[in-house]
Amino acid sequence: MTLSFLKSRELVLGVAILALLLAIASRFPAFIEPANLAKVFNDTAPLIILALGQMAVILTRCIDLSVAANLALTGMVVAMLNTLYPGLPIPVILMVSILLGAVMGLANGLLVWKLDIPPIVVTLGTMTVYRGIIFLISDGAWINAHEMSESFKAFPRAVFLGLPVLSWIAIVAVTGFAVLIGRTALGRAFYAVGGNPHAAVYTGINVGQTQCAAFVLSGALAGLTGYLWVARYAVAYVDIAGGFELEVVAACVIGGISIAGGIGSVGGALLGALFLGIVKNALPVINISPFWQLAISGSAIIVAVAFNATSTRSKGRVILKKAEHAQ
Amino acid sequence: MSVSQANETNPVRQVPDRLRSPLQRLLASWEILLLGVAVAVFVLNSFASPYFLDPWNLSDATFNFTEKALIAFAMALLIVSGEIDLSVASIIALASTAMGFAVQLGAETPTLVLVGLGVGLLCGAFNGALVTGLGLPSIVVTIGTMSLFRGISYIVLGDKAYTGYPADFAFFGQGYVWWVISFEFVLFAFMAVLFAVLLHKTNFGRAVYVIGNNPVGALFSGIRVPRVKFALFLLTGVMSGVAAICLTSRLGATRPSIAFGWELEVVTMVVLGGVNILGGSGTIPGVVIAAFVMGMVTFGFGLLNVPGIVMSIFIGLLLIGVIALPRIARRMLAARRG
Amino acid sequence: MLANTQGIGNVHPSVTNDQKPVLSLKGISKSFPGVKALSEVSLDLYPGQVTALVGENGAGKSTIVKVLTGIYQPDEGEISISGSSVSFPTAQDAGKAGVTAIHQETVLFDDLSVAENIFIGHAPKSRFGLIDKTAMVRQAKELLARIGARIDPSVLLKELGIANKHLVAIARALSIDASIVIMDEPTASLSHKEIEETYELVERLKAEGKAILFISHKFDEIFRIADRYTVFRDGQMVGAGKIAEVSEPDLVRLMVGRSVDQVFPKRTPELGPEVLRVVGYSHPTEFEDIGFTLRRGEILGFYGLVGAGRSEFMQALFGITRPSKGAIRIDDTVAVIRTPNEAISHGIVYVPEDRGKQGAIKGLPIFQNVSLPSLKSTSRNGFLRLAEEFKLTRDYTRRLDLRAAALDQDIGELSGGNQQKVIIAKWLATQPRVIILDEPTKGIDIGSKAAVHEFMAELAAQGLAVIMVSSEIPEILGMSDRVIVMREGRIAAEFEGDELTPERLVRAAAGLAEAAT
Repeated sequence: MTLSFLKSRELVLGVAILALLLAIASRFPAFIEPANLAKVFNDTAPLIILALGQMAVILTRCIDLSVAANLALTGMVVAMLNTLYPGLPIPVILMVSILLGAVMGLANGLLVWKLDIPPIVVTLGTMTVYRGIIFLISDGAWINAHEMSESFKAFPRAVFLGLPVLSWIAIVAVTGFAVLIGRTALGRAFYAVGGNPHAAVYTGINVGQTQCAAFVLSGALAGLTGYLWVARYAVAYVDIAGGFELEVVAACVIGGISIAGGIGSVGGALLGALFLGIVKNALPVINISPFWQLAISGSAIIVAVAFNATSTRSKGRVILKKAEHAQ
Repeated sequence: MSVSQANETNPVRQVPDRLRSPLQRLLASWEILLLGVAVAVFVLNSFASPYFLDPWNLSDATFNFTEKALIAFAMALLIVSGEIDLSVASIIALASTAMGFAVQLGAETPTLVLVGLGVGLLCGAFNGALVTGLGLPSIVVTIGTMSLFRGISYIVLGDKAYTGYPADFAFFGQGYVWWVISFEFVLFAFMAVLFAVLLHKTNFGRAVYVIGNNPVGALFSGIRVPRVKFALFLLTGVMSGVAAICLTSRLGATRPSIAFGWELEVVTMVVLGGVNILGGSGTIPGVVIAAFVMGMVTFGFGLLNVPGIVMSIFIGLLLIGVIALPRIARRMLAARRG
Repeated sequence: MLANTQGIGNVHPSVTNDQKPVLSLKGISKSFPGVKALSEVSLDLYPGQVTALVGENGAGKSTIVKVLTGIYQPDEGEISISGSSVSFPTAQDAGKAGVTAIHQETVLFDDLSVAENIFIGHAPKSRFGLIDKTAMVRQAKELLARIGARIDPSVLLKELGIANKHLVAIARALSIDASIVIMDEPTASLSHKEIEETYELVERLKAEGKAILFISHKFDEIFRIADRYTVFRDGQMVGAGKIAEVSEPDLVRLMVGRSVDQVFPKRTPELGPEVLRVVGYSHPTEFEDIGFTLRRGEILGFYGLVGAGRSEFMQALFGITRPSKGAIRIDDTVAVIRTPNEAISHGIVYVPEDRGKQGAIKGLPIFQNVSLPSLKSTSRNGFLRLAEEFKLTRDYTRRLDLRAAALDQDIGELSGGNQQKVIIAKWLATQPRVIILDEPTKGIDIGSKAAVHEFMAELAAQGLAVIMVSSEIPEILGMSDRVIVMREGRIAAEFEGDELTPERLVRAAAGLAEAAT
């Protein structure tokens, strides 16, 4: 019984998204035209990529609140690199952003692993530190579109097989993550560490190391998104993606990834991010002030976590035979 | 009865009450270490800037921490009990927005105070009900309400601001009780004593420690765990309302971005004060000293014209550092012994 | 063979050199802060033979298993496999060296599939280094079939019952190509039929030439399936040899270090009036129709297998969980108990089985643990009075001969036995009428055990009504005036006086008919 219910958690969310789309389409049919849906997906791509990394972290019973700051710092660094060396090829930029992001993730991971500091404290701290560093290196100045090279800005927007590269990167990330989570020892270790850390030790899995790996992964994806974000919006400054970490956590929670660790799926993270992305894009269409968005995502977090908690409440030990038959 | 006497005369082993006197415990405590830091910061500041020791400047400096500390006292109890509330800054925003709204309807100062406290109480009750009633993890719940509460402020205010607070409302954030002693500072001192008594001298405070150390054991000892936790969320909500009154009064205006990011500073203050982020231990005097340290550091940086965002780096490093350093030290000690 | 009760080190009196051990431990020591868990123990395992590891709770059996599986690193001593010295820094290293364990607690993952649980850490890989799911499921199916388990390898583990989870744990152990298999109380929570299947499995493993370390408290099964034995007591190896050359009483004597029947205090119960009457207590899933009476000065034992619903019922009596039906009368008045608070105010208190989680508030000092349920009387108007708390603590801990440095010492720093004394003191300080002790001597040292038993007898003599839940037959027989046996959530039998025999208890608990004698 529980199994079908679990599988249906993604189904419930999928149906909710479809209902949402239909409701919007009944008044504004243009919203569900393929071109617009592609635009919504492209808009949501950064959230999707970050939600994947966050999912790995949450699976291991941790949380990474520093992703938005990581994104902003990496974005600033590559933007500055680009202004200094406009000729730097895009693959190098991509490598730098992924590496830098991974290093910041590693800093989080090492503090959690080696010093046993609660992840929420670590990432609350590094979140402000990373933001502060942006100010230090940029002196609070903006890097604007005209200071960036054309190729730097063009990469995420370049259209390939009908979709922008940004969208393709999100698709590749989702596929890659599905393989990583489902088909590698590390992916299964995420579940093991979060589901039962005690048992993980007995099976020879190093809990701290696995958590650290999740942070590195989350950091690397945040770094990658940092470049894509700055290039797409063609601007870099201290406060870009401010508060975005909460939206990322919201996407995961809405997607049914349990904050207690060990439960969640790539599909859930994807759908959770899409749900928020659709709401965000639909608000202006249906003439609701964008100021509603914060309250909506907050409510969605609360509803989702309450829903997940009631559906996964443990049954306890069942001793009476009668009750066992009744199941 | 002394130990030696018991050993000589009594065949049954007599266990002494205390191994170390309360004074010895105090001297080896985190609070004393922190007090040393506070003194050092004070001395450094007075050397770094000639303006620091001016009484009015020092009085001004207290505003850097009084409002945050009001919340930190309640947050300390909440964290000792093993929970956390990340929505406090958003409660300030919502309470402030409600007060601004009330002003538009012509409310006078007493009504505004009631509105501020009432909204704080309601928000706390909402958090508390979700955590204790539905058994949800407080960190996720309050990340959600953090968006929700501030989101409502944004819906109401958008990019506008409420102003036009009554003249006598300014007293809470700008008034002075005597000479350089501000109303906020008196309130801070009063609440410090009140919360210290509550946590350290009452049955309720004992229950908070018990729950933080072992919630299941607390339940098995007859403590009404959900009720205590709910009360703590209420308390944190109300104190956020109090802070909202002070801050709104001081600024004389409400924007939805008011007190943005304060939850981090409040949590940092609590953790710096020696409260274990995982629950179970910590003291109010520690939080009081931490409030002074953070306030003075911020003020000192301000006098040296260091921008606010750089101060936040310092606060972030402080947050990690105060937890990491004792752990590193303990590990090095253990390594030397081993 | 003569029991060797002195031996610590080189004691292998009857092990003939007919075979070389495949695994050999020599002089293994392991200490934890305040406790020496293992002191220079030795242990040999032989291929194709079952070695039973026998010892009381706290004798060091679990510690040696953790040393063998790479969870703990020994402080001293040598592990050698087939003659060459090895070490196991992690659990995976132990697996690679051919050591696998079926742990007492299920160390599995609820949200992974059965196949993934079996193969986590060593899953079959496809060409690109990815987990080969089809191969994994196929191999899992083969393994499960080999142990006769009909489980679909692709369902999530949390869909399975306890017995099936256990089979998955066995399959996992077998999935590692191991020459040494450790089974830590494999039959503790299994039904009769499942136990028989486990024995068959052990025979099969023996036939495959594996060396098996079999940890058990059940003497009948030790004598049925083991070839050799090793006895631990208080962290030391006190004897080893061939099962065929030892008798059950000898083994018991080795285990406890003295003869069993002297342990319990002699008492002549003086039963007073009825203090508690429970009628038809039921719970939707855990227990049904529990009813009994209890008199002042009486010790009522509750016996049953692990998972018979005894603790669940006691916790309902204490207000932790709510019954769906049933009523309680205390001293002729009907009482409703919905919370622990109400239970305490009616004079019913509960010393829980899980001392670490439910009993001791670790991190707080002894005196605050003791005064916790009595704060109403030690405080004034809600304000604490430490002097009163210390006084209360002194009064109640003195009677229990508490060993501690000071009353403001963290309870977590005490030994298990002394923690238990503090918890008993905490409940006595509320001046209860009925005290429920759930496995009161589980995992505590022999000295403390005797102190707790003597104190229980003293309490009963003073007119307190005592309910004792215990899974140890000697304790149940030695302490109780009357015994209720529970099985699968219901009362299976009640015995008193001459009816109290080990055999009757065991048969009632297992659901077997009275033996024809």
